[in-house]
Amino acid sequence: MKKAEIQNITKIFVSKDDRKSEVLALDNISFDLAEGDFVSILGPSGCGKTTLLRIIAGLEKQTSGNIIINGKISNEPGPKKGMVFQEYSLFPWKNVIDNVSFGLKMQGMKKEDAYKKASKYIEMVGLGEFKYSYPNELSGGMKQRVAIARALANEPDIILMDEPFGALDAQTRNKLQNELLNIWKNQKLTVVFVTHSVDEAVYLSDKIIVLSARPGKIVKEIPITIPKPRTRTGNEENEIRDEVLRLLNHEKYLADASQLSGE
Amino acid sequence: MDAFCIDMSLNEENKKTIIISAISIATFVILWEFVSVFIVKDSLYLPSFHSVFYAFLERLTSAEIYIDALISFRHFFTGGISAILIGIPIGIIMGWYQNVFRFFNPIIEILRPIPPLAWIPFAIIWLKLTHEAAGMIIFIGMVFPIIVNTYTGFRNIPKIYVEAAKVLGCTKDFDLIRHVAIPAASPMILSGIRVAMGTGWMCLVSAEMFGVSDAGIGYSLWHFYSLHRMELVVLYMFVLGFMGLLIDVLFRFVIEKNLLKWQKGTVI
Ligand SMILES: Nc1ncnc2c1ncn2[C@@H]1O[C@H](COP(=O)(O)OP(=O)(O)OP(=O)(O)O)[C@@H](O)[C@H]1O
Ligand SMILES: [Mg+2]
Repeated sequence: MKKAEIQNITKIFVSKDDRKSEVLALDNISFDLAEGDFVSILGPSGCGKTTLLRIIAGLEKQTSGNIIINGKISNEPGPKKGMVFQEYSLFPWKNVIDNVSFGLKMQGMKKEDAYKKASKYIEMVGLGEFKYSYPNELSGGMKQRVAIARALANEPDIILMDEPFGALDAQTRNKLQNELLNIWKNQKLTVVFVTHSVDEAVYLSDKIIVLSARPGKIVKEIPITIPKPRTRTGNEENEIRDEVLRLLNHEKYLADASQLSGE
Repeated sequence: MDAFCIDMSLNEENKKTIIISAISIATFVILWEFVSVFIVKDSLYLPSFHSVFYAFLERLTSAEIYIDALISFRHFFTGGISAILIGIPIGIIMGWYQNVFRFFNPIIEILRPIPPLAWIPFAIIWLKLTHEAAGMIIFIGMVFPIIVNTYTGFRNIPKIYVEAAKVLGCTKDFDLIRHVAIPAASPMILSGIRVAMGTGWMCLVSAEMFGVSDAGIGYSLWHFYSLHRMELVVLYMFVLGFMGLLIDVLFRFVIEKNLLKWQKGTVI
């Protein structure tokens, strides 16, 4: 059954002080996610990846099109659509366990129950010892782990991740990718994952969606059926990586060309 | 200010600070005594240190000075607490709803530059010579910095915290204000209160001096002046300074110990 349907999403940004200047950011984006799908979105910088995630999350209004979760239209933000942001988003005034249990408490869960559940997810991301630490006492990688635990604790239908590992060093990044894969497998997560790293996308995804330079259009959907865990340098993986890189380079070339002719 | 947060472990640096501070105060006192006794020679122009010190010892054992201090505190807290109770909610709704901001801001910008003491005539007419009249002047001195800091804090909340809360299921305005905006803006709100307390303290003395009250440190100071008891005037000046410092240190202590542990010794 379809867990989430992204139907014909188009987004035009209208400048606040100058109504005539409009930016077409996303052009008719459609794709589906089945339960347990891990879909990555790749595309040149500025092509609308963050905008697309924000629209799915309900933080931004689409100009047209629909977001359907579990068969129902879902345009407002809420606890069933979890999000891990590109930048650090933990509440600095709450310690780890209060950050992670925040969503549960907001849904009316009793404090002890919320703490119990939050603890489970904190352990899952390997931060059991840091439950009572404040975000300013954590490293960047630890903060993103907490952000993931916080999104997971609500047990959302779909989890949206915007370059969650973008700011981390390569080793930490590999480690967190493996942790995420484990959690994904055990919890049957449905994930939309935005990244700039082709390697990361190939390592993690069941499907890669390549977007064009602005306005973002789907250039190609590439399903990946190689069983996980994958090797980072296997032959099949390399073939897919080459294809994605070729598409991205072509997009970048077109974008640069249009910029030159536009000037 | 930092000299008052003496680290219990007396290392070399701290010792130096204490010794030099002591020398500094001793120099000040000796110079003062010398100038008043040998140069000015007129206790109306400059009462000597020893006369102020005797006045201090003498007053220490009479109830009057404590009653004055209590009454001044009462004025201060009447005004201060009402300024907090009224200023913070106004600042919050101004900071959260753009249209409320547009509505209130012109009024505030017209009233804010009026010096609080200019309200003294109306304080007396509306509230007569009561403690509330003195409180009203302090209220006016404190409420504007509180409002302005509160809405500024609210308008500068990083959007990411509000959005993170929304995708976690905290979507109602009331919940967002309570669980996200107020804690995120609290450093700014608290520093507004602290600034306001300084303003309020200055208003207190003038309000009591210019007749909104018939008791209090400021009132008595003015009274001693009319009796030309200048050593008592100086004593009361120091009492005012000390009380102001005490309030500030207590406020900082409570805030840093309880409210803002997530910030690690910063901002205010
Ligand atoms: N609030 C906004 N108002 C106007 N234009 C916007 C707004 N947000 C984004 N845009 C524009 O929409 C386009 C897509 O932005 P978006 O942030 O979604 O790109 P992105 O693919 O996430 O880029 P990156 O990979 O660099 O994170 C950009 O051209 C951007 O300038
Ligand atoms: Mg982005």
